[in-house]
Amino acid sequence: MSSTKHAQNADVFQQNKEKATWHDNALWFVREKRDRISKTLPEWEELRALGEKIKLHSVSHLASYLEQFAANAEANGVIVHWAKDAEEHNAIATEILQKHNAKKVVKSKSMLTEECDLNHYLEAKGIEIIESDLGERILQLNGTAPSHIVLPAIHMKREEVGELFSEKLNTEKGNSDPTYLTRAARVSLRNDFLTADAAMTGVNFGIAATGEIVICTNEGNADMGTSLAKLHIASMGLEKLIPDYESLSVLTRLLARSATGQPTTTYTSHFRKPVEGGEFHIILVDNGRSDILSNEEHIKSLNCIRCGACMNTCPVYRRSGGYSYTYFIPGPIGINLGMLKDPVKHSENLSACSLCYSCNNVCPVKIDLADQIYKWRQDLDSLGKANSSKKLISTGMQFLFTHPALFRTSLKFSSLAKYAPRSLTFGLKEWEDGRSLPPFAKESFTEMWKKGKVKKK
Amino acid sequence: MKVGLFVPCYVNAVYPEVALASYKLLTHFGVDVDYPVDQTCCGQPMANAGFEGKALPLAKQFNDLFEEFDYIVAPSGSCAGFVKDTYPRLMEKEGCTSKVSGKVYDLCEFLYDILKVDKLPGKFPHKVSLHNSCHGLRELKLGSASELNIKPYSKVKALLNLVEGVKVVEPIRVDECCGFGGMFSIEEPAISIRMGNDRVNGHSDTEAEYITGADSSCLMHMGGIVDKNKMPIKMIHVVEILAAGL
Repeated sequence: MSSTKHAQNADVFQQNKEKATWHDNALWFVREKRDRISKTLPEWEELRALGEKIKLHSVSHLASYLEQFAANAEANGVIVHWAKDAEEHNAIATEILQKHNAKKVVKSKSMLTEECDLNHYLEAKGIEIIESDLGERILQLNGTAPSHIVLPAIHMKREEVGELFSEKLNTEKGNSDPTYLTRAARVSLRNDFLTADAAMTGVNFGIAATGEIVICTNEGNADMGTSLAKLHIASMGLEKLIPDYESLSVLTRLLARSATGQPTTTYTSHFRKPVEGGEFHIILVDNGRSDILSNEEHIKSLNCIRCGACMNTCPVYRRSGGYSYTYFIPGPIGINLGMLKDPVKHSENLSACSLCYSCNNVCPVKIDLADQIYKWRQDLDSLGKANSSKKLISTGMQFLFTHPALFRTSLKFSSLAKYAPRSLTFGLKEWEDGRSLPPFAKESFTEMWKKGKVKKK
Repeated sequence: MKVGLFVPCYVNAVYPEVALASYKLLTHFGVDVDYPVDQTCCGQPMANAGFEGKALPLAKQFNDLFEEFDYIVAPSGSCAGFVKDTYPRLMEKEGCTSKVSGKVYDLCEFLYDILKVDKLPGKFPHKVSLHNSCHGLRELKLGSASELNIKPYSKVKALLNLVEGVKVVEPIRVDECCGFGGMFSIEEPAISIRMGNDRVNGHSDTEAEYITGADSSCLMHMGGIVDKNKMPIKMIHVVEILAAGL
């Protein structure tokens, strides 16, 4: 069977068995932390139900909340911009930076700017951009992309980071002590914070009632960047909007517990006004989000608060790593968001799911991730992306199973199946690579029944 | 009470003893069981692979065959789950109504919830490691999934504990997927095999003699791995243990 890109990449990932095991265990550890802390809250499942409702309510009343948010933000002295797509977002950010003659920008973690490929865009315009989240900084120095949305460098072992830092930050060769390496990154970043002309951040939540944004970090890097620079540009996806503080209180309780198993992130920072003598810009980005709003089957994807819990629990993600997926967001939510972005380009991630439904159960805002993957698979044929072998098997099965007499005959001869021509046994090789085929019974249940061997007289 | 025995296609061909044990159990509790011989497959393999359209005629066929029964019972949570959760939507697309979805049960679920079985004859003096299959657990709610903060329960474990002598243990990562997933197993062989190996090792580490579970498809996948690697642990369906004294 011709395999998908994900399956091919996953096969390569599994060839380093030791590292694959380590990756699986590292993420399972986070899943277990999440389990433990979620079970300390008796109201956990109620919170999830509330989280789901809040997000669904927010996205289905997006227009009015956006108006409210923008009006309140502007009243606070914030300059609000609207970007219909990634290109417009990048152009707006560049224009603001150029107007301020900013040559160097520190940025805190933002999956949206990753989505817009902002870093490359700014670099091409001669603006230096420094990632200030440690994981993101490691990857920036390494010239690679995140493999997880919360733990971006989870695929790298500390020895690899040690080697990278000794090359880029002149740390001692062979020293991969995490504390030592973190300190080295901190010293280097401290200099960047002090010399940056502007700070960019993502947004975890936008509060319509007050026009402020909330950013959750563990390292305080968003606070450091925005405190030192006079110019703050925050990039915010439309779906980050929520009504008020009450909704925030539900979602912040869910976010860190789901993401890393912490009761809360170290910093939950609210940004409402520009610093004295400075400017605060918020760029509201659509980039395909409003199209999802009208997509009844997949609207719940917009609930996502980017906690990464679905990745940590996904048995396929843990064993295949973020780079096995074609979209920049991997795992169950990434499979779905990739399909919403460009179904033809990202359909080969759809194989990366055994439909175990664990993701549905961990999701703090109850996105039906596995059901959505199932639904996307139904679209493959019309997209011209259906696997021809799978289609043939399915057609063959339909024929066999809609002809009960034929099915019964095949049951009789099923013990001969292994002598069938290759064309009738797709997938046999793939199965037998690691598993024996189950031997067929000498007599099927149907035969036993028909011969009167089942029913007691 | 008229019960239609739904024997999934691969159980019919590969594990007829599971179907036989199901029949024995149901009749032991005085249930009037019939087996529609024209049944084939519920259609889940095609639908999960992305060909719901090809499952539709099977749904209609299933509906016609089983409509007459008060209950439909299958020794496989995944197939029962498909009839229960997917048929209504699938058939509605074609303007039909599923008359079977509301009365289809996994066999353990039926014994526990409908027959309220509290006594079983026979002995099974062995240590068994319980495999908590995904669809039974997360679709049919045969037990509390480890991700949820709900009161822990397991209908399957409760039933097993009625059999004298059986010692039920569970592996680490108590309900992680075995990696079967229908066509997933051949479309993503590297990951599927790795998941299967990890799961089988988890069960094996409990030093149980058997891996047991309520879903034959997971047992078939893990059994294939056990056999390929010539591991000593054996596979047995929960139903066979429950019917040990019959």
